[in-house]
Amino acid sequence: MTNVIEQLGAWVVIRVREMGRMLLFVLSACAWLVRPPFRFHQIMKQLHFLGYRSTFVVVLTAGFTGMVLALQGYYTLRKFGSEGLLGSAVALSMIRELGPVLAALMVTARAGSAMTAEIGIMRITEQIDALDTMAINPLQYLVSPKLVAGVIGVPLLVAIFDVVGIYGGSLVGVDLLGVSEGAYWNSIESAVEWKDVYGGILKSISFGLIVSWVCCYKGFYTRQSAEGLGSATTEAVVLSSVLILVGDYFLTSVLL
Amino acid sequence: MIRLIGVEKKLGGQPVLQGIDLSIPVGKLTTIIGRSGEGKSVLLKHMIGLMQPDRGEVWVGDVEISRLSGTRLNDVRKQFAMLFQGAALFDSLSVFENVAFPLREKLHMKGPAVARRVEEKLEEVGLAEMGHKFPAELSGGMRKRAGLARALVMEPEIILFDEPTTGLDPLMAKSIHDLIVTMHRRFGFTAVMVSHEIPEIFAISDWVAMLRKGKIAAMATVAEFQRTTDPEIHEFISVGGTVALPGSLVG
Repeated sequence: MTNVIEQLGAWVVIRVREMGRMLLFVLSACAWLVRPPFRFHQIMKQLHFLGYRSTFVVVLTAGFTGMVLALQGYYTLRKFGSEGLLGSAVALSMIRELGPVLAALMVTARAGSAMTAEIGIMRITEQIDALDTMAINPLQYLVSPKLVAGVIGVPLLVAIFDVVGIYGGSLVGVDLLGVSEGAYWNSIESAVEWKDVYGGILKSISFGLIVSWVCCYKGFYTRQSAEGLGSATTEAVVLSSVLILVGDYFLTSVLL
Repeated sequence: MIRLIGVEKKLGGQPVLQGIDLSIPVGKLTTIIGRSGEGKSVLLKHMIGLMQPDRGEVWVGDVEISRLSGTRLNDVRKQFAMLFQGAALFDSLSVFENVAFPLREKLHMKGPAVARRVEEKLEEVGLAEMGHKFPAELSGGMRKRAGLARALVMEPEIILFDEPTTGLDPLMAKSIHDLIVTMHRRFGFTAVMVSHEIPEIFAISDWVAMLRKGKIAAMATVAEFQRTTDPEIHEFISVGGTVALPGSLVG
């Protein structure tokens, strides 16, 4: 019994320490952001990697998500004779929930895992130590630009996701299932309010921060082996995805 | 210039350094030898503040660096350069960009001035035509040379070499050693090298220190070191063949 309590205590201590280290990590990276030299070029490079190069997969996911949403929504709404509300159903689902969550999950899978692997390899091959020896802060050089890219890039991708998803819904609802085009777009216009858009933006900024933060952290403190790097990448993707979903629940409950 | 006083360090609960007292002579090439896993690289990392001791002090000039961090530690590090075991070149940058990196980042140099200095260093290490290549396209020896060029480009006062010839064939290892000696003589920096390459290091070093059981077992000039009567040190260097070396190769 004592042994079990001891192990539980040790587990709790390790987790609390890890959380503290994660918090210090992101606070330090944010603090380094506002100190010169300002790394505008690095930020643009990371935005290109995280944002521009994720566009294809986000557009693809958004298109099919909107299409399947319209398909499901149409047959559900038809039971109540409310097909005309299909546009609002698709748009609100996209803007409030699916856009931020799915876009962030896609960015985690495509760019987040790559961030962990990149920083992890730099750690294993002593490139991060090399930066330190050159008196260049690795947090400022490697992590801060990725945090900015996450906070700017994910909301932009979410905006694209929302628009493409709504058009995907229109393709299925209007062009294939015969819902009136006017009804589809009018219902969106009347149902979507600024607070929905605002909520979506807030979520996407939070999720962008989570992805960059968790993935950079896991790479930065990866264990010195190929196996350690593999585990770090898996942990980064799993933890980011879980935090996105948990964060989504809490943000929704606050915003509603 | 570099002094370690009573430095202790545990890694994963295991004691690695157990009271290191060591002074590195200014302007000389000092080599630290010892068995694998004795903590030679750990010792080197303490000198530049990449690791902090659990106990003890690390002095660089008149600054105690073991409790420093951030900008104050970076100010001390400006005197240093380090050549890592795997060269630690940034694999997303070409050789030229790697060597130019500290010039652009630390000295904010731009344009032809950077190109001139980088090309000069690449030529010195025998990589004159290799600037456009990426680290993945280079052999182990070339990577070490590129790493050495990057270390030299800021003209530091102290250079740390962490097993610079590991993984190289004997001829390439010799050429890297020759290069280090040539650069050391030309620029006069203080050099600290961790190496297993016995007897070669006796031919290039001014001072040799041996790490044993977490402490400095001996530190002496090469000639004194080879006359040691300590049986363990004698055995260690004999296995490397030093005792049988002709005098011309020693010192």
